[in-house]
Amino acid sequence: MRKTLDFIVEKIIFICGIVSIIFVILIFSFLFKEGLSFFKDFGVLKFIGGHFWYPSSDPASFGVLPLIVGSVFVTIGACAIAVPIGVMTALFISEIVPKGIRDILKSLVELMAAIPSVVIGFIGMITLVPLVKSIFNLPTGLTAFSGSIMLAFMAIPTIVTISEDAIRSVPWQYKQGALALGATKWQTLRRIILKAAMPGIIAAVMLGIGRVIGETMAVMMITGNAAHIPHSIFEPVRTMTATIAAEMGETVRGGMHYKSLFAIGLVLFLITFLINFIADLFLGKNKNT
Amino acid sequence: MKKVILNLILALLAASCLFYSCGKYANGGDKYAGSIQIKGSDTIVNLIQAWSENFVEQHPTYNVSVTGGGSGTGFASLINKTYDIAMSSREIEDKEESLAKKNNVNPVEFKVGLDGLAVLVNKNNPVDKLTIEQLRDIFMAKITNWKEVGGKDLKIVILSRESNSGTHMFFKECVLRNIDKNAKDEFSVHSLMMSSSQAIYDEIVQNPNALGYVGMGFVNDGVKALSIAIDGKSNYIYPNTENVLKGLYPISRPLYLYTNGEPSGVIKMFIDYALSDEGQKVVLETDFVPIKSLY
Repeated sequence: MRKTLDFIVEKIIFICGIVSIIFVILIFSFLFKEGLSFFKDFGVLKFIGGHFWYPSSDPASFGVLPLIVGSVFVTIGACAIAVPIGVMTALFISEIVPKGIRDILKSLVELMAAIPSVVIGFIGMITLVPLVKSIFNLPTGLTAFSGSIMLAFMAIPTIVTISEDAIRSVPWQYKQGALALGATKWQTLRRIILKAAMPGIIAAVMLGIGRVIGETMAVMMITGNAAHIPHSIFEPVRTMTATIAAEMGETVRGGMHYKSLFAIGLVLFLITFLINFIADLFLGKNKNT
Repeated sequence: MKKVILNLILALLAASCLFYSCGKYANGGDKYAGSIQIKGSDTIVNLIQAWSENFVEQHPTYNVSVTGGGSGTGFASLINKTYDIAMSSREIEDKEESLAKKNNVNPVEFKVGLDGLAVLVNKNNPVDKLTIEQLRDIFMAKITNWKEVGGKDLKIVILSRESNSGTHMFFKECVLRNIDKNAKDEFSVHSLMMSSSQAIYDEIVQNPNALGYVGMGFVNDGVKALSIAIDGKSNYIYPNTENVLKGLYPISRPLYLYTNGEPSGVIKMFIDYALSDEGQKVVLETDFVPIKSLY
């Protein structure tokens, strides 16, 4: 009896594990099927290198370059804001703040992660967009910069939570040893704890980037969605995710426009794959030394 | 204990579903008395869909199906007698009419509403009128500063709807391409694509640089609607229901339903509903202009 139960539970767990892998493979192959058939009809170079995104014109032009640049602008901006703040918040929470306040602080930061992105977008639209416009004296506040700030808000909880775990799991002997050797608190923090926790922090940053580049709703509402190649972060941009979300509702199933959105999805997938791959490389390198 | 509660909830859910479906059948009877098939313009598909939902609610024995595809496909299916009503954002062409005659179809036209787009600017913008040509240059980024059209020295921020919207298509055809079917003109790449008319409105309310177009239903005291002239010589016309009804306002067009022969039975009921005060109220709610004053 106990053996059969064991067997059944083991199989159930196996199926659960395999199901998620199957889903990933199915999504992957579907993306590839639709995306590749688009590349065959339209041409990869014309798609990746094209400067104009006029999907519903006749003849349609599917140049995805402005969208890629848009996504990259918003992501870099968001990281520049979220990474320093996130890592320093994690250090503060795990090393500096008194124990009693620590838990409150950490759960507050985690609460930030629970805010739905549409709410963040809406708040940004009402408060941040007019502010950015008047501070920088811009023609419009719907810019990559506004999007970056709001996305940084969404990435910070991820970065803080995971880096904090990494920092806290640094063996306490390291810290004690450094302090005993006469290092100051700051030296210990910078040279010992940060260094030992680096793989975890990099993983946290990569997950944060993943969240930012895949975010859709908030960027669609704040970045202005103009499909041109921006010259600065204070110009409106159109991201890949916003394009898919805005246009998928009305495309003809199986048509060129429909397939082009899958091709964007494929590009997005390859980018996130690359980010994860780099993160893994870093993690592996750190473990060996 | 938890399990008991869960079971209770499930049982309640199942029971309510049962009661709900029973209730529906009791109201509506169990057989359909007839159906209407409508096909045509994507521009007004939302309006017709709203009508058909209300109509079916009032007459649950009927079934109305609405499909988009464009005005042309609507006429084609009316001529082929596969659909009962064609919805269209343009009048039937002579070619289509003669084809219909050949197929023994007699298209009868009903003007059911008007589509008028207002060009909005911020309340503090001194500009209050533009010609179609100026609009075209602005939306194609040939004019980029408000001072070129008599305003302050401010950069123009162009707001447009997403490319899949019927409003986007109509504005492009009417203003950018000047109703020339072979034109290839496009909105400037610098135009901000907004996901809804509400988003355009919200941005214009707080941005003195902005310029955008929305359905006339959105015009109110928070923003300024521009008067539009076809060219420098003609009068500037303010976008209101009266001017659209008279056909004076240039960025507008009538919306039609076409039936095969004088309608009868359920098709007549549907058209009567569409033209009734109640139906015309739906026109207003879906951002179009009613064909008659409702007040």
